[in-house]
Amino acid sequence: MSFRLPSGGRLIDRDKQITFQFNDKYLKGYQGDTLASALLANDRMLVGRSFKYHRPRGIVASGAEEPNALMNLGKSDRFEPNQRATVTQLYDGLYARSQNHWPSLEFDIGWINNLLSSFLPAGFYYKMFIHPRHAWKYIFEPFIRHSAGLGAAPTKPDPDTYEHFYAHTDVLVAGGGVAGLAAARSAARSGAQVILVEQSSHWGGRAVVDGGEIDGKTASEWVADTIAELEAMENVHLRRDCAVAGVYDHGYVLGYERLGDAAPQATGPRHRLWRIRAKRIVAATGAIERPLSFAGNDLPGVMLAGAVRDYAANYGVIAGKSTLVVTNNDDGYLTALELVRSGQGVAAILDARDASDGALVKEAKAAGIKIQFGRGIAKAKGVNRVHSVAVCKQSGDGTVLSDIPCDAVAMSGGWSPVVHLWSHCGGKLIWDDKGAFFRPDHSRPPTDQDGAAFVVPAGAADGHFMLDALIENAHEAGAKAAGAEPGKAPAAFAPKTGPLAPVWQMPEGARATLKRKTWLDFQNDVKVSDVELAAQEGYQSVEHTKRYTTLGMATDQGKLSNINGLAALSHALGAAIPDVGTTTFRPPYTPVSMGALAGEARGPIFQPIRRTAMHDWHQENGAHWEPVGHWRRPYCFRRKGENVETAVVREVKNTRQSVGLLDASTLGKIIVKGPDAGRFLDMMYTNMMSTLKPGRCRYGLMCSETGFLIDDGVVARLDEDSFLCHTTTGGADRIHAHMEEWLQTEWWDWQVYTANLTEQFAQIAVVGPKARATLEKLGGMDISAEALPFMAWADGNIGGFEARVFRISFSGELSYELAVPAGQGRAFWDALLEAGGEFGIAPYGTEALHIMRAEKGFIMIGDETDGTVIPQDLGLHWAISKKKDDYLGKRAQARSHMASNERWQLVGLETDDGKPLEDGAYAIDKGVNGNGQANVQGRVTSTYHSPTLGRGIAMGLVRHGPDRMGEVLQFTTTAGPPQLARIVSPVFFDPEGEKQNV
Amino acid sequence: MSDAVSPLDGASFDGLVKLRDMGPTGMLTVRGTLDDTKFGAALLKATGVELPGKLRILGTADMRIAWMSPDELLVICPYAQAAKMSRALSDALSDQHALVVNVSDTRVALSVEGAATREVLAKLTPVDVAPDAMPAGTIRRTRLAQVPAAFWFDADGNATVIAFRSVAAYVFDLLQSAAHPDSAVAYF
Repeated sequence: MSFRLPSGGRLIDRDKQITFQFNDKYLKGYQGDTLASALLANDRMLVGRSFKYHRPRGIVASGAEEPNALMNLGKSDRFEPNQRATVTQLYDGLYARSQNHWPSLEFDIGWINNLLSSFLPAGFYYKMFIHPRHAWKYIFEPFIRHSAGLGAAPTKPDPDTYEHFYAHTDVLVAGGGVAGLAAARSAARSGAQVILVEQSSHWGGRAVVDGGEIDGKTASEWVADTIAELEAMENVHLRRDCAVAGVYDHGYVLGYERLGDAAPQATGPRHRLWRIRAKRIVAATGAIERPLSFAGNDLPGVMLAGAVRDYAANYGVIAGKSTLVVTNNDDGYLTALELVRSGQGVAAILDARDASDGALVKEAKAAGIKIQFGRGIAKAKGVNRVHSVAVCKQSGDGTVLSDIPCDAVAMSGGWSPVVHLWSHCGGKLIWDDKGAFFRPDHSRPPTDQDGAAFVVPAGAADGHFMLDALIENAHEAGAKAAGAEPGKAPAAFAPKTGPLAPVWQMPEGARATLKRKTWLDFQNDVKVSDVELAAQEGYQSVEHTKRYTTLGMATDQGKLSNINGLAALSHALGAAIPDVGTTTFRPPYTPVSMGALAGEARGPIFQPIRRTAMHDWHQENGAHWEPVGHWRRPYCFRRKGENVETAVVREVKNTRQSVGLLDASTLGKIIVKGPDAGRFLDMMYTNMMSTLKPGRCRYGLMCSETGFLIDDGVVARLDEDSFLCHTTTGGADRIHAHMEEWLQTEWWDWQVYTANLTEQFAQIAVVGPKARATLEKLGGMDISAEALPFMAWADGNIGGFEARVFRISFSGELSYELAVPAGQGRAFWDALLEAGGEFGIAPYGTEALHIMRAEKGFIMIGDETDGTVIPQDLGLHWAISKKKDDYLGKRAQARSHMASNERWQLVGLETDDGKPLEDGAYAIDKGVNGNGQANVQGRVTSTYHSPTLGRGIAMGLVRHGPDRMGEVLQFTTTAGPPQLARIVSPVFFDPEGEKQNV
Repeated sequence: MSDAVSPLDGASFDGLVKLRDMGPTGMLTVRGTLDDTKFGAALLKATGVELPGKLRILGTADMRIAWMSPDELLVICPYAQAAKMSRALSDALSDQHALVVNVSDTRVALSVEGAATREVLAKLTPVDVAPDAMPAGTIRRTRLAQVPAAFWFDADGNATVIAFRSVAAYVFDLLQSAAHPDSAVAYF
């Protein structure tokens, strides 16, 4: 059993007891515990079930690499799945449930999968479920979805807040172990700006547990002194509980700071995402211990040796009454010695090597610990917990020599540098034969914009495990990152160690029955036999094998299984490990919450909403909103008892019969000024703009250089060298950028300035037969037909407002558009409503606008155009100047396909039964195409019910359309028989334009 | 003519910093050949403020000029004087190729005051707002979360933020969320 010692534990405060729940049972821990250490203190070794076979799983590690102890944490709206118990700080009231079990952790039905495991080898799903095809969707997948899977999905919105923080620094040091501290100190002493982050809540990393001597002090003393020195420096920022998740190009780093995880009810951000720009990054990320591959290595109670001593030293928690240590290196002896120091029994040390004369080995011998060299574990035995191990010769096939009873196994297969941050941006790795690990290849680093290495590995992350070499290396790395001379490194002392012997399979010649019980990936249930099967089936690439077997694809991303899996594959392929290579390390290094990534962007500030000056009035007066870009525009204004359709009908009729009001503020307004402004606009528009007289307006079309129509709008000439160009709502920013791009890159020597005035003005259209009467009631400037004819504009004063009045119409009605400074928009709107009251003035929305323009056959960018349409398709030849030498798109429009008379062209469409056609419906042609689909000869681009005409009207593009007036075509419907429609002129209403010219 | 109104209607908030809608503010966009000495001379004559260098803002509350791009400036003055200043500048620059437009209703101005000003902005903008990277007198056109904005610091470390009028509410809400009293970073 695992238990807490009566004293000891450097990180816990025994005066502060904490109550928490695990699987609805109340348990006790101490302030400073992790959930994992508290569970172990309560003898909760069994903490979950594996993904595929539902095998019992125990805590195996003590840090971020933990693959097994994943919890459903919290309740209700603070529920969060897949939380690692080893990095979850204990707090009062913590509520955790184990995952992937049913009906209970102790008795799990899914364990039947385990009994069937020989029928569920690598690639089983791919092989089994491919035939019959439909069975996957209806039978296999629902079944597998139910049985497989880890945490549950949250069902309620997250009540917490999150934020981002941008920081800029010379040097970012990732990792607050002794290497990170040494690197940060040497970088900071040079004067560089340094940010030092540590993923856990404590400085010092492994060294404070494993011991050693730096500058004549114990590791703990040195860590405390160095932190004090760094804290006193103005150029250093220290952050704990802040993990570096990823390194990206240009020194961009994501840090993940956990602020409120241990205090769920606190206000303030729960997590903070650090978005750091660092000139150099020091990766002092340490190393991760490797499990040993022996049969039964997945049993609860089998743990990493480093974790066993972490729990003892940090939390006073002992994994078992009698612990067996199995190792292939001297480091494993530290665990045995720590246990002896704590007064605990060590069953034995099985050392796979033939001998070692390291200092720790001698110390263990002197402490009276039984050591067996050349021995390994044939099999760890037990059901929900290890109870003994069968000992064998490491060099043999697993023949059992003896049984040793034990209730915990501490295994050490050596250490692998955490090379993730080095690798995220393309740093390459090199195989270190002596230590049997991949380490950063300094000749192929990740490079910055200048081609220089921008990640500097330090300490264990660079493959240095002996404290003296590690400190020296880290000290130099920090100085290198700061571009400074390193100066004298702290002197560290480490005991002499014997060499490690690589052990990838225990025993070396393990029989197949043992390999089938030898786990590589604990969470995803990948065994040595699965990797061997993949190799046997022809898989050679490590990336393919990973995906076929799911090795390393669990939530821990292979932190424990990666190297052992590679070794198993290389052994099966008969190739050397470096020749097989590694899988790619991608961010994030450890999981990052979705909330942290979203930051502040939720609720009202999820996305910016652009509001016109009249927005609040619209909101208060029944606006049914339509998003147009980031703007919100009223689609219609619903009055009491109206639905959207009836409101639209009323708005159209009211505008056609009396007077309507439209908030047109969102339309783009770009001023173009300079001696070359006319010449520039002649290039921008297909029409001739340079001949426009001051005081007059002209409708214009804009094409891209590929000839396609990109925008339209009315241009007003303000004076000899300035024009005001109106764009569509969506075109305002885009067309302004388009103009600037041509001015800055192509016609940089033309004297033209532009400015986007879209936000400066509130623009209101007063539309309908009573429009003039409404404005005249307000009084001021002369807006009579003589003073301000159609397509003229004038500056003046209306009802006390300085306004620019455009006599333009997009509805076919008598219409004025009035621009006032936005800060007076609302007051002007209110004044217009009051003045028009006696004429029955009413605002209308975008749908009425659309219907009225369609009744007049006016095109709409985005309806009649879709990026493949040219003005000629729309019958807009009149707006294409023949006199100009050039305009953007002219050359493109001369290409054979653009000039072809086979292009679909704009027509009006009128159904026989008066019902509107469906949006986007196709006109059916004779025959079928190569895919057996009906051929088509046109499509609907706009379709509405016209309240004015009392029937459906539509516009569409039809092959040879204008030449086929009166012809009846069949149009598709989504359900039902085709609809018949006749080709007519697109101008349905007032073709002579009598209404607007009054 | 009715009085101009700010879309924020004088809103304010007290948290890590004090936020305040500065109300209608006069602003003029001026484009021209900045490195032509005639341009700087005309500007100085009309406004009394020297031509600011790259990323600089000069002047006092009554009249400031901010560098916006290699050929664009923003003149900032009391709202009531903007129209008059616009005419004066147009006249002064009439013999040059230049553009002067009154954009006083295009943007809103917010003041951000208090010791945490830089920190609150650093939650929203990718620009380096450290005191040595962005001392008083520098202006940056950048973004606050998802929208364009510009800001500068005064000698006390307080900032003025300008952003487009249509997103005034978004910008205010953003700054308010970043200034939550329990969200101090203690970085600068």
